[in-house]
Amino acid sequence: MMMWGKIMKIHKLSLARVALAVIMAAIMLSPEQASASIDETINAATAPIASAIGAFVFFKIPVFGAQLPLVVLWLVVGAVFFTFRMGFINIRGFKHAIELVRGDYANPKDSGEVSHFQALATAVSGTVGIGNIGGVAVAVTVGGPGATFWLIMAGFLGMSTKFVECTLGVKYRNENADGSVSGGPMYYLRKGFAERGMDGFGKFLGAFYAIGIFIGAMGIGNMFQSNQAYVQLNNVAGGALDGLGWLVGLIMAGIVYLVIVGGIKSIARVTEKIVPFMAIFYCFFALIVIAMNGSAIPEAIGNIFSGAMTGEGVAGGALGALIIGFQRAVFSNEAGIGSASIAHSAVRTNEPVTEGIVSLLEPFIDTIVICTITALVIGTTAVAHPGYAGDATGIAMTSAAFKTQFSWFPIPLAFAGMLFAFSTMISWSYYGLKGWTYLFGEDAKLQIVYKLLFCAFVALGCMVQLGPILDISDALVFLICVPNILGLYILSPIVKRELDSYLARVKSGEIRKFKN
Amino acid sequence: MTEKFLVAIDASPGSERALKAAIAVAKSSGATLVLVHIIEWSPFSFHTPEELAERHKRREDELDRAKEALLGPAEAAASAAGVSCESIIRHGHPAETLAEVATETGAMQIFIGRKGRSKAGLLLFGSVASSLIQISAVPVTVVP
Repeated sequence: MMMWGKIMKIHKLSLARVALAVIMAAIMLSPEQASASIDETINAATAPIASAIGAFVFFKIPVFGAQLPLVVLWLVVGAVFFTFRMGFINIRGFKHAIELVRGDYANPKDSGEVSHFQALATAVSGTVGIGNIGGVAVAVTVGGPGATFWLIMAGFLGMSTKFVECTLGVKYRNENADGSVSGGPMYYLRKGFAERGMDGFGKFLGAFYAIGIFIGAMGIGNMFQSNQAYVQLNNVAGGALDGLGWLVGLIMAGIVYLVIVGGIKSIARVTEKIVPFMAIFYCFFALIVIAMNGSAIPEAIGNIFSGAMTGEGVAGGALGALIIGFQRAVFSNEAGIGSASIAHSAVRTNEPVTEGIVSLLEPFIDTIVICTITALVIGTTAVAHPGYAGDATGIAMTSAAFKTQFSWFPIPLAFAGMLFAFSTMISWSYYGLKGWTYLFGEDAKLQIVYKLLFCAFVALGCMVQLGPILDISDALVFLICVPNILGLYILSPIVKRELDSYLARVKSGEIRKFKN
Repeated sequence: MTEKFLVAIDASPGSERALKAAIAVAKSSGATLVLVHIIEWSPFSFHTPEELAERHKRREDELDRAKEALLGPAEAAASAAGVSCESIIRHGHPAETLAEVATETGAMQIFIGRKGRSKAGLLLFGSVASSLIQISAVPVTVVP
């Protein structure tokens, strides 16, 4: 209560603005209510746009009877290339990553600077979102159990892509005059390419990426999250919120507004602190559910492997399962999208490679651990209790799987889901803002425009159906991969050189632990 | 080699008393002082991306503030008494970091003030001095 009192006091003006916006929106939308609900109207308006963008970005080529979207091919080839080019850094660097996160190599003289752990934790709470709970369910529904295998594979290969992008993020970050840092693909594309004598092309790609991350922030980091948070809430409320998406959306937008415009950091800070515990809580109960379905485990795992190889019952067979698995994995761990390198670039280190190595753990935690656990909950439940989910998809399906064992679980799961969604939205609001300021400069008024736009999309996300949202988000996210991965290819010799030099110095003892 | 005494400095009256006691002992034995202030901080905490981006700047501000408000006056007090000193500011867990700095600088002894909390307060929150006694590798003088 006290906190709210304080918030009210400081942000009387802001709250008044929110209230005004709510009324305005209600007036604007009310005439439509006569014929159809607000949600339906907005959904009808956005669906054609979504399918148009989707068709453009997901230009598909038929391969062996499956439809292979070019962007997915682009990502898979990239991840395989970086895995080989960096000599399986995803395996070689794993132990060193843990030592770095533990702070074994941290110089006590730098105490109080951003640690490897902090950079990783922030990046992980940006990536661990609804995708880990709902996205996996989508993958299994569309791609069958075999999609899980490819999801894990994509996570494994994605570790290498992440390594490359986060190393570059630190290497080419900007240290601003005020002492703060700005990093991310737009900076490494511009500066890295300039170093290689491709100034113009680098500038073009940097701007392309900045536009992409700005638009992407509205999709993957925003609408998808708020949509699934609403679905969760409605699910728990037993459908009492049907058609009230606009109201839930406005409330959510209001809270996001308080944080990113009102500057109420305490809300964000609390979320950042709760999210890791929620993730552990989620994994803990997921493992219990899997254990309770014990007898179904061998068959569920068998289904994953056989599904991966044969793709039984999946459109496009094994290749179809592979495509779905990769698509959902990238959507969850963001490897190749470059977003996390914005968060990772804040770390204090003289060796950019160290942060790259630490970032390997991100797809590992996100995809190989959390997504796999979700997939096993769904997979074992499907074997043990066929038909448990009815026609539920996305996060509702995961929720139904948990419900077979713990009837009360949908409530804490909804709470966890909302928090995941919220922390992802806060992180992405920042990623998008970095794209925006890269394009338009640091002008405070323009930043407000961006933030208001972001809040509007939070609200919008609750009003449209999952299908069109996923189409838009997928399309936009993959659009950002194009300039980013192109840049990673061209700059990979630099990363390789830094990696070799760093590992040689660790081996020779020139770089040594401060602890132990 | 002259002896070094480490003095834990913060804004409390206890810290002032510890400094006074250390100066007195150092003066008679010809030792030098290492004045240490620890800013409480954990490298394992969670932050938003925005906070991370601004962290370096914040840290500089924290260091400047500590230097100006705490270590500056403490240094002045030491040199006024004719005792030479150096000062160190670190971020970290107070007791652990004090013990680390003592080892690093080769201090022979640590002087630390007691906060004078009530028994209940101590039970609830513990104290830097009492945890330092448990982990320090050198003698600790707790100044009441």
